[in-house]
Amino acid sequence: MKDVLDELDRRREVARLGGGTRRIDAQHGRGKLTARERIEILLDDGSFEEFDMFVEHRCTDFGMENSKVPGDGVVTGWGTVNGRTVFVFSKDFTVFGGSLSETHAQKMVKIQDMALKNRAPIIGLFDAGGARIQEGVAALAGYGEVFLRNVRASGVIPQISLIMGPCAGGDVYSPAMTDFIFMVRDTSYMYVTGPDVVKTVTNETVTHEQLGGASVHTVKSSIADGAFENDVEALLEMRRLIDFLPANNEADAPAFEVYDDPDRIDLSLDRLIPDNPNKPYDMKELILKTVDESDFFEIQATHARNILTGFGRIEGKTVGIVANQPMVLAGVLDSDASRKAARFVRFCDCFGIPIVTFVDVPGFLPGTAQEYGGLIKHGAKLLFAYSEATVPKVTVITRKAYGGAYDVMASKHIGGDLNYAWPTAEIAVMGAKGAAEILYRSDLADPERIAARIKEYETRFANPFVAAERGYIDEVIFPHSTRRRVSRALQMLRNKHVETPWKKHDNIPL
Amino acid sequence: MPPRVRPFCLEESRLRPYVPAFDLSFCCCVRASSSKTRGNGPHGTAGPTSWGERMFSKILIANRGEIACRVIRTARRMGIRTVAVFSDADRDALHVAQADEAVHIGPPPAAQSYLLIDRIVAACKQTGAEAVHPGYGFLSERAAFPRALEAEGIVFIGPNPGAIDAMGDKIESKKFAAAAKVSTVPGNLDVIESIDEAVRISDGIGYPVMMKASAGGGGKGMRIAWNAQEVAEGFARAKSEAASSFGDDRMFIEKFIVNPRHIEIQLLGDKHGNVIYLGERECSIQRRNQKVIEEAPSPLLDEATRKAMGEQSVALAKAVGYDSAGTVEFVAGQDRSFFFLEMNTRLQVEHPVTELVTGIDLVEQMIRVAAGEKLSITQADVTLTGWAVESRVYAEDPYRNFLPSTGRLVRYVPPAEGEEDGVTVRNDTGVVEGAEISMFYDPMIAKLVTHAPTRIEAIDAQAKALDAFLIDGIQPNIPFLTALMQHPRWREGRLSTGFIAEEFPDGFTGLSPDEDTKRVLASAAIAMDLVRRERLDNLDGRLRPSSGKWRENWVVRLDREMVPVRVPEGFAAVPIEIDVAVGEGASPVTVTSDWRPGDPLWRGRIGRDEVVVQVRTATSGVLLSHAGVTLFARVMTPEIARLDALMPVKVPPDLSRFLLCPMPGLVVSIAVAEDQEVKAGEVLAVVEAMKMENVLRAERDGKVAKINAKPGDSLAVDAVILEFA
Repeated sequence: MKDVLDELDRRREVARLGGGTRRIDAQHGRGKLTARERIEILLDDGSFEEFDMFVEHRCTDFGMENSKVPGDGVVTGWGTVNGRTVFVFSKDFTVFGGSLSETHAQKMVKIQDMALKNRAPIIGLFDAGGARIQEGVAALAGYGEVFLRNVRASGVIPQISLIMGPCAGGDVYSPAMTDFIFMVRDTSYMYVTGPDVVKTVTNETVTHEQLGGASVHTVKSSIADGAFENDVEALLEMRRLIDFLPANNEADAPAFEVYDDPDRIDLSLDRLIPDNPNKPYDMKELILKTVDESDFFEIQATHARNILTGFGRIEGKTVGIVANQPMVLAGVLDSDASRKAARFVRFCDCFGIPIVTFVDVPGFLPGTAQEYGGLIKHGAKLLFAYSEATVPKVTVITRKAYGGAYDVMASKHIGGDLNYAWPTAEIAVMGAKGAAEILYRSDLADPERIAARIKEYETRFANPFVAAERGYIDEVIFPHSTRRRVSRALQMLRNKHVETPWKKHDNIPL
Repeated sequence: MPPRVRPFCLEESRLRPYVPAFDLSFCCCVRASSSKTRGNGPHGTAGPTSWGERMFSKILIANRGEIACRVIRTARRMGIRTVAVFSDADRDALHVAQADEAVHIGPPPAAQSYLLIDRIVAACKQTGAEAVHPGYGFLSERAAFPRALEAEGIVFIGPNPGAIDAMGDKIESKKFAAAAKVSTVPGNLDVIESIDEAVRISDGIGYPVMMKASAGGGGKGMRIAWNAQEVAEGFARAKSEAASSFGDDRMFIEKFIVNPRHIEIQLLGDKHGNVIYLGERECSIQRRNQKVIEEAPSPLLDEATRKAMGEQSVALAKAVGYDSAGTVEFVAGQDRSFFFLEMNTRLQVEHPVTELVTGIDLVEQMIRVAAGEKLSITQADVTLTGWAVESRVYAEDPYRNFLPSTGRLVRYVPPAEGEEDGVTVRNDTGVVEGAEISMFYDPMIAKLVTHAPTRIEAIDAQAKALDAFLIDGIQPNIPFLTALMQHPRWREGRLSTGFIAEEFPDGFTGLSPDEDTKRVLASAAIAMDLVRRERLDNLDGRLRPSSGKWRENWVVRLDREMVPVRVPEGFAAVPIEIDVAVGEGASPVTVTSDWRPGDPLWRGRIGRDEVVVQVRTATSGVLLSHAGVTLFARVMTPEIARLDALMPVKVPPDLSRFLLCPMPGLVVSIAVAEDQEVKAGEVLAVVEAMKMENVLRAERDGKVAKINAKPGDSLAVDAVILEFA
């Protein structure tokens, strides 16, 4: 009996070494941790239970039969994050470069199935070279199986991908279908085809970083939702993100003990809006002063910065925040901002997370670049997402709410449950200057008369009361009581129940 | 005739000096109001006296910021209604909110608002204000101002214009002092018109010399020159700075005394020929002639010198019929020799330190004597009790060579005011959270004053209060002030006006944390993290076992340093009480705190020390500030710390190729063109912020590749102005 036990110990030890100490050292030399070290940081101390540790590939081509490593390049299992169940797979770059074989895919599929069946989040840690070429179509089949499960689980359990090394070819599409992708700066990149192929096909010379580094995907392409300095930070921040999320679409997000008074008044907010309507201010300050303990997990912080999205808590419960950012492009809605916010709103709606929207929007961005780029369709995504969302929606208009963008930003008309406005709010078709210049074209030559017309329009519409008179605004509130108001509104909406007509699914303008 | 009602209770004030924050706590006021009540003041306190009928019922404060708030505070306590004036930039300022009424007087630049006598006079007439307190700066030392007020029958709460003419002007006052046989520093007392003349006069005096603006004060418009070339270079600039700051570009030149100390005597006179002195203040800690820290009394003076300086000052004041609060500034040698420097015919910025050691409210006295009351305090009544230290909290970034740091005060949490265990904390401020520090005015945010029985206790109280002073949104000079409070030479009182230049020759690069500070930060970090983990252990829907499992061994990362921390026992909830041993082989001390996640200040007890640590969020950790040091802290298990130590240290990108805008400001001029070769030291651009033109020079030889800004551009901090090849 003793021998058998020792044998298990020995086998485990071999498996845990993955590709061996030399490769582990090389991994460390690149500033990266190993698959198991990453899991150690991500999960609660000692909570990880590994499955399929002894799985080996079955490939016999190209001499592969002579090189087998238990685990086959991916570590899978489950554990807890602050006591809450999560499923994990972590690609092991030290084993065949983390490449995906048939058996490697089977391990992933098993964990995906478990996560879905048990309604718990799944987190994938990517650091791999793509398909194992020696296996050919078997590897491609494996990808397909993984993709299908990503889609099945979408909207049922949160799926998070963390790119911590190369992620190329077939490997990119599994993360692409998860809810969030995060990257590690300087050591991770993702692309469909690498620099060599790019060079051959298009004759472009690019580096890995230029083609698919964090600097590209978190700023330009919007593929990634955020980036971190190194593996440790990325993994610790994933723990923080998971604390904001419910385990599945039927569970509540964990409720935190409230240390921050929901009735807290913040007088400094009465001074947030500058006297000059064209002067920007930082909407993030309002978010930080509204949520519990100023704890805000921002999503896509560096892409389409004219809109802010992220998670916070109010009275200990998770909310999704969407807010125009006047500091960037005056907070205008463009294609990127619309898509960014739409995807975030839909995530919140999937998982029953109430949405709080702060509005200061001068309208949609004009111009050929936007129109050619499909602004109509992209803008429609946000309109669609807000309109179909049945979670509690609380909206606060701080300053401008102009034109169609007013309608889009969770207005009463598209199902905003409680819509507040600060006294500084201006809800109108457009700014006073633009409006007067259109309405009184004949006065344009006379600066004095047009100034009077602008003033007239301003007096009439540059306030929240016209909208409030019609009930489009439920209440005009003091900026200093924003947290209290939003918190009360969310309390009131706790049992919100909406029936929507049966459909297979909607047809959001993709 | 002895006063029937004493305006300030001196006997009690020795026990309990000035209690600033709470208007009604002035012990004497209550007594004063008990005899007669005129009933017009909402606080009904100190107003009426035997001359009560002459006391003003409404005054206007022709100033802004903290000093306006300061004057309003005393006026309110005296039952006097107050009128504030404000420019467009100050529409929402605190002084406007605090006053009973407020009058708009123009656009933001001071020359178009706070410096316009007509507007102030009109504001008085509009509101029926009977008197005007000018504060300091702006119109406070312009004789034309009291004259204009007088013509309208409005009382100036300050000296008579004749005294301002005689003493307010630095050249005139020197002549007066000389005539009164007060020892003065060798110098030229006539107005200097040209650069040539300035050089000739300087040559005559002998170098080093100091060029000063006649109307200047507080270090503005002053410049030291060590040779003729520096006189030639600096004179014009000093003159233009004087013109923009004071609306008066007259300059004079005097001998510069090496290793001097700045000591000044506070005077108080009335309209009946009485003048007394209220001891001295030492203001030797200056940065580029701008006072940074002031104290009363001076560690240099003995009783005999104090008396000599005081009596000389009084004699001088009497000679010119001085009839308000004023200050005679002396330059003092380390041997306690002293020379008359100038007289400031106004309330000084640093007056609170005198108030705290004498227990006399100077603003109240100014108002009373302006109303014609006789001084109720005799020289024999004045005693100095304890020690007071004042720090000027500026919106100046000490890590960027004290460049202005303007913007919104996103968070502003000053230390609590009041008296506790013989230590008084007073914070004179003109801002609240959410206020805008604008580029139009003086960058002072607050004056933090502490008073204690001894100098060292007052300094320690100041350091502690600075630890608790939380400001976000702009970078204040607080880390520098904290560093000063720890500086052994300051603590020993070995001062000179060259202190900062000598002790910080390369500017301020931040303190490196000592073992004590690290111990405090590591203890606070572990205590906070255990509270955080405790809460996570109680999340609903969780599986056993607890994730923040009780363990003894931890590692706290402080920046890059891994500090082993042991927590052998304790109770990790709110309030926390744990035993913590920081460092290898250390024995544990008890750490307690009632900190909760989200609190920006961690207040707690570590062993026997009460400490305050400022807490700001950072990625997977916190930024902790204490004792002038800010460090990143992350609490980890030893296993995770081992992995964290493997993470590469990333080198920040090289920005030396770029000329970055050092502060938010306006581009005045770009002195170079693209493709131009420049030598180190050559002027590249001029950026204006807070009225000051900042000349940006090339740090090394190079070639300008690209220019990204043009004159008139408004730039944010770190905006790229130009790039080198």
